[in-house]
Amino acid sequence: MTVPTLRSGGWRRPYAWIVWGGVAFFLVNLAALILSVVVDSFAVSWFGTWLPSAFTTRWYADAWQEFGLSDVLQVTLLVALAVVGLALLLGVPAAYALARRDFAGKRLVTLLLLLPVLLPPITYGIPLATVLYKFQLAGTMSGVIAANLVPALPFVVLVMTPFIEQIDTNVESAARMCGARTRQVFTRVLVPLLVPGILAAGILVLVRTVAMFELTFLVSGPDSQTLIVALYSAAFTPGIRAAQAIDAMAVVYTLLSSALLVLALMFVNPTQIVAQVKEVAPE
Amino acid sequence: MAAEGAARLGMRHRLAERGIDRVLLLLVPAVLVVAALFLYPMLYGVGLSLQPRAGGGPFANYLAFFRDSYQSGTIWKTMRLALPAALINVGASVPIAYRLRGRFRGRRLLTAILVLPVTLGTVLVADGLLRYLGPKGWFNRVLLDLHLVDEPVRLIYNYWGVLFSLLITGFPFAFLLVLSYMSGIDPTLERAAATLGAGPWRRVRHVTLPLLAPGLATTFILAFVLAFSVFPSANLVGEPANETRVMAIAAYQAAFEKYDYSMASTIAVLMGVAELLVVALVLVWRGRFYTGTTGGKGS
Repeated sequence: MTVPTLRSGGWRRPYAWIVWGGVAFFLVNLAALILSVVVDSFAVSWFGTWLPSAFTTRWYADAWQEFGLSDVLQVTLLVALAVVGLALLLGVPAAYALARRDFAGKRLVTLLLLLPVLLPPITYGIPLATVLYKFQLAGTMSGVIAANLVPALPFVVLVMTPFIEQIDTNVESAARMCGARTRQVFTRVLVPLLVPGILAAGILVLVRTVAMFELTFLVSGPDSQTLIVALYSAAFTPGIRAAQAIDAMAVVYTLLSSALLVLALMFVNPTQIVAQVKEVAPE
Repeated sequence: MAAEGAARLGMRHRLAERGIDRVLLLLVPAVLVVAALFLYPMLYGVGLSLQPRAGGGPFANYLAFFRDSYQSGTIWKTMRLALPAALINVGASVPIAYRLRGRFRGRRLLTAILVLPVTLGTVLVADGLLRYLGPKGWFNRVLLDLHLVDEPVRLIYNYWGVLFSLLITGFPFAFLLVLSYMSGIDPTLERAAATLGAGPWRRVRHVTLPLLAPGLATTFILAFVLAFSVFPSANLVGEPANETRVMAIAAYQAAFEKYDYSMASTIAVLMGVAELLVVALVLVWRGRFYTGTTGGKGS
């Protein structure tokens, strides 16, 4: 075990209780917040009482039909998968070049890739939307995919570069000595070694793209809305749709994205997303 | 012929020594895409911001923005939300991550529970806040029944609603990063300090925190970036006409309600500048810390 001596007595100190108390307070309020949305999504009507008088599931059916949820889900999935595919296809080779070579202008390239991650999406989203309107790409699926690629591609490069740096160059040299060509080194040696990293980056991009509101909101049209944009539009124009139906849709969204996150957590150790942490071997 | 071939080979060798060879071609597609979809629109936007719709010189838009207090006030309103949100998220993550470092039973589950709010989405959080903290919501009912307050506390459709929303959606990110940096710190260092007679507080103050500081700076930057682009929650749980009219709302209104793309680009550029200023300040501050090989330092 790691540090039993340091931890012993931790529960008895008041400081630990303050921390756990704060965590409990946060979680209780959060659970109540989520629960109030879930309860409302099943309520016939709910005004000014502790609990609604009667429950129903019709809002889910309503949401499904009124919002055209099956179409919206289809668009969401299509956009997200296309973004993941393109970001990996372009990003992994770029990460390889950045991890293996030191060249003049590398800092400039790194800065170019870092900026889309650092700037708020609205900052480049508005000029990007203007440009896409100019090329008549705004409102189309390709426009939405292109816009979402802007933060996704640098993200893949930034996640994959340290991953590739970890792989011993000798493995590649050995493959070359055995007569493998560049393509074969990639497909037979590197990609199999990189599968965990590629999976991790891919799922994280998937989660982020499903959750990316601003960019999709700025460039999407009626036929290219993803779930979160449809949800926001419904919530921002109250009165047109029943509040319970919006809540039902929000619950569907949360279920979808938490399913994705759980999937991601199965492949990625959450504490290793940013830094390649060397696990301390148990002594 | 042979000499020319040798010369070319020599050239290639010399370039390879400087790290330039065919591997770099792999970089080209990604850089082209980022240049086309990010750099070109950004430069186009800067150019657009210098061509005001109403004329009056290239900087007319910028002058107009700063002269109109309804517009320039958005900078302060954005900072007033984003800075505390980022600070609280990072600050709260540190003691929790400190408790969760090392291994013990239930650590993975607790981590997952704390990270899961990432998936809630701004709309569900906004809806939930409106219901839960509303005048008839459970939170106010409990307070009223306990006679802690005489009338419902107003926590939505103002500054507080947006801040809560930013805390809920931003905390998991900050926590995940801090936990990751915290796990990167070699636990033997702390044990060494304990062996030398340092109490728990001194171990935190003189060993863990200094090693963590650069990582905290990185986390703060990312949390700040996230909070700075606050848009949906400012509209849904805030007071978008006044108290929470953040820069993103101003830019959006200019573009899609007034169709003044030039002004919208101006606000977008100023938004980027204001944010990068804070980021640069934090980076300068971060540069003063130890960034050696022991973890917790961030990239």
